Amino acid sequence: MELAFYIAGAVAVIATLLMLTRVNVVHALLYLIVSLLAVAVVFYTLGAPFVAALEVIVYAGAIMVLFVFVVMMLNLGEHGVELEKQWLTPGIWTGPVLLASILIIAVFYLVRGGTAGLATGAVEPKEVGIALFGPYLIGVELASMLLLAGLVGAYHLGFRKAEKPEIQYGRYTAERRAAASGNPVLARTDQLARTP
Amino acid sequence: MLVRRNLIFVLMSLEVMLNAAGLAFVVAGARWHQADGQVVFLFILAMAGAEVAVGLALVRQIYERFRSLDADALSEMKG
Repeated sequence: MELAFYIAGAVAVIATLLMLTRVNVVHALLYLIVSLLAVAVVFYTLGAPFVAALEVIVYAGAIMVLFVFVVMMLNLGEHGVELEKQWLTPGIWTGPVLLASILIIAVFYLVRGGTAGLATGAVEPKEVGIALFGPYLIGVELASMLLLAGLVGAYHLGFRKAEKPEIQYGRYTAERRAAASGNPVLARTDQLARTP
Repeated sequence: MLVRRNLIFVLMSLEVMLNAAGLAFVVAGARWHQADGQVVFLFILAMAGAEVAVGLALVRQIYERFRSLDADALSEMKG
């Protein structure tokens, strides 16, 4: 139990240090994901399984996917192809894979040991829920308002201005749509059919 | 002093710092057998989610305007 805690803590510290010293953003993201998973294992060994699951789901699942998504969206520049070639060199993934395999060995060690060691100082998810919706109810409401504000703010800031003016279709809808799509045949037949 | 000037690295370091604060709360909650530490960690989690959504939208806008992710590129903003 304690061995798994120390191994996961060491993996977290090493992965975070390696993350901070990377030059490439995507490599740093790989190390950051390993670091978050290691912190999740630390939470589990500390007797907080609910928080460990949330760490994996929300941090390593949602927030990191958001980071990867934005990084991939920003790197679509003209030198993106060269960068892709540079990233495809093998050997970059060995560091994160090594740390993650150490972590998974620690998790196997934990699972084989059973939940016997978890009993000391463990805080059940039930107690967390009772505390969350009891004395901390106003905090939950404030968190929901903060998330709503974050949603609206991200939508407003992420809005991209329309590059072309909107084509306003009026009476001759099919004709104009054909003209706008650059199909002269369709546009002309429509015109011919309209002439008496 | 800030060494890393890339805005994405700044946001990622912010995540690490929030995670460290949450870890401290959970360790304290485990030490005194209280559920409050985990409750505060949930609040930190919600705050980090909102912060990273707005921060990444801002990063995207900054990249559209300045074509750079360097924090020093924004030093001409005054007032």
